[in-house]
Amino acid sequence: MSADLALSCPMPLGRHTTVQLAHGGGGRLMRQLLEDIFLEDFRAPALAERHDSAVVPLGGQRLAFTTDSYVVMPRFFPGGNIGTLAVHGTVNDLAMAGAKPLYLSAGFILEEGLALDELRRVVASMREAARECGVEIVTGDTKVVDRGKADGLFINTSGVGRVLEGVSVHPRRVTPGDAVLVSGDVGRHGIAVLSVREGLAFDTPVVSDCASLAPLVEALFEAGVEVHCLRDTTRGGLATALNEIALDAGVGLVVDEPAVPVDASVAGACELLGLDPLYVACEGRMVAFVPEPQVERALEVLVRHPLGAGAARIGRVTEGPAGMVSLRTRLGGQRLLDLLSGEQLPRIC
Amino acid sequence: MRYVEEYRGADEARRYARALQSLVTRPWTLMEVCGGQTHAIVRFGIDQLLPPQITLLHGPGCPVCVTPVEMLDKALAIASRPGVVFCSFGDMLRVPGSGRDLLSVKAAGGDVRIVYSPMDALALAERLPEREVVFFAVGFETTAPACAMAVHEARRRGLRNFSLLVAHVLVPPAMEALLAAPGRRMDGFLAAGHVCTIMGMEAYEPLARAYRVPIVVTGFEPLDLLQGIHMCVAQLESGRATVENQYARAVRVVGNESAQAMLREVFEVVPRTWRGIGPIAASGLGLRAAFADWDAARKFDVVSVGGREDAGCQSGLVLQGRLKPPECPAFGTRCTPDTPLGATMVSSEGACAAYYRYRRFQSPCPPTSP
Repeated sequence: MSADLALSCPMPLGRHTTVQLAHGGGGRLMRQLLEDIFLEDFRAPALAERHDSAVVPLGGQRLAFTTDSYVVMPRFFPGGNIGTLAVHGTVNDLAMAGAKPLYLSAGFILEEGLALDELRRVVASMREAARECGVEIVTGDTKVVDRGKADGLFINTSGVGRVLEGVSVHPRRVTPGDAVLVSGDVGRHGIAVLSVREGLAFDTPVVSDCASLAPLVEALFEAGVEVHCLRDTTRGGLATALNEIALDAGVGLVVDEPAVPVDASVAGACELLGLDPLYVACEGRMVAFVPEPQVERALEVLVRHPLGAGAARIGRVTEGPAGMVSLRTRLGGQRLLDLLSGEQLPRIC
Repeated sequence: MRYVEEYRGADEARRYARALQSLVTRPWTLMEVCGGQTHAIVRFGIDQLLPPQITLLHGPGCPVCVTPVEMLDKALAIASRPGVVFCSFGDMLRVPGSGRDLLSVKAAGGDVRIVYSPMDALALAERLPEREVVFFAVGFETTAPACAMAVHEARRRGLRNFSLLVAHVLVPPAMEALLAAPGRRMDGFLAAGHVCTIMGMEAYEPLARAYRVPIVVTGFEPLDLLQGIHMCVAQLESGRATVENQYARAVRVVGNESAQAMLREVFEVVPRTWRGIGPIAASGLGLRAAFADWDAARKFDVVSVGGREDAGCQSGLVLQGRLKPPECPAFGTRCTPDTPLGATMVSSEGACAAYYRYRRFQSPCPPTSP
């Protein structure tokens, strides 16, 4: 080989000049997109707080306000559909700000040719989900676009809620010494959707965890638990949520890998596909940052609730380095639990 | 998770670490050949458990990393054509050719799809008779039989709108190239278990004999790797150099003979250029003349634009075990997964990607802000 030895590498790609799918993946590229374009131009103080909801004053009260769009494919999956997701996702973003969700809007972008029966099923699911969450869908909008201009059905929901009296949850409140709790096993939603989308059949079907977290949050505050910050572990999964908080709070996090609950069927599917369950999306799980003396009480409250039955303490907040999340592996080693640079892609072999 | 968790026990791992400690009397350097093993080592911190005398080198075992730029350029050219559905395993999508990758082609309107098996691409060809479905056949001996089966089936079913862009490579010739190169650094090899599941172990015997090097066929879980390392060091300490099988639960000496028969029917051994390493004789697989109609390179008659290279990238040295990723001056600064100089930084089995993702805090470079 020596005579033929040649070192060859390509030129750097540089920054992307067009939007890539990975810009929506919740990882490093998405954060870059938000910083370079949206935060740079909109510049509102509430936006710069990078909370799941903006918290703004209104008539002597604090209003939580949020919006989210839902483009999931397939639209129906074990444990929910695009409609239940659109209600629960926005309700959860309000709950993560310590708010009681009150009112939602619903905007629909419909592609020419979508079966009306399917639309009816989605809307009925939204009505039912809203009823369960104790919120009202009070306004909306509908647009129809030409065939091929949208993937059947996109939904946007916005929501407002009232921040609970005396409650202040926020990334800036996260301090070294806080414990990191997770409300249940992670990765279910992403694997449930993937299993339908790719036609993968597992011995035990994986059902999405899609659910409203508002009752769980309310239970914590009703029990008087002091909570510094909450974050739902949606796009990019647990690892991304932890990285976001570490970056925004300017702290380090140490996570204990064996303590992170992962259902055996989810773990098995991830092994098969070469995915890391810590980066797979959830739609009914959150992380909570609580001061050490509150840990026992917080876990008691969480595990008593059906949505938090699998709650666990998974790590702690450290002085730094700021923004660094490290993972103690099950073998006792230590590694980085980083933001992904793109979407997770199934491996080759 | 049965059959996985039992290969990840912390107590057993510590027992192996202690056994190695009492076994080793002098420094030894071992090379794991498979990128999946590299990632497991770095992800689980296996190297952190080893006695300081044992050094692990990462070898050329990432099929994505060693696919030459020219082949990537052909893939990009085919994927950009109207009427083509270009299918690939997920890993390949972010790997740069001459200045762009398959994800960029997709963003620009190309129909690029991730599939989990070449048979999925074949099914797509059946569903979309008006489109040309091309599968990017990348990988070692592990993925090649499924590609061979897909082409075999395409011919049997008379599917003319399906083809393979073949970039398969073979592991033993690459190991021999590394052993024959001057300044050889590895004392023993952990051979890739999955490859041997298909091909068996016979191809490694001449290497072990000719180069006096122990080769232990090893699996991918932490305890597999620790046991493989223990077996390799035990050979070295006792002056032996043979082929041993740690991965006996999956690997038979003769391998999978029906898969080998399928490979022989569809493919022939050809010379192949390895990205970052260079040409290696008889180190690749190409479609036999009888299957030329399903050869995408012929069907689309694409020519390489000649890969543009960055002189600052040292991934060739990384692939040969001559450099650890953090030792590269560009690691984590000029070269990141967002601005990769080489495929080793973006492939999910690349050594640079493993160190960037799991060990960046141990390199001289601070973590980059997003």
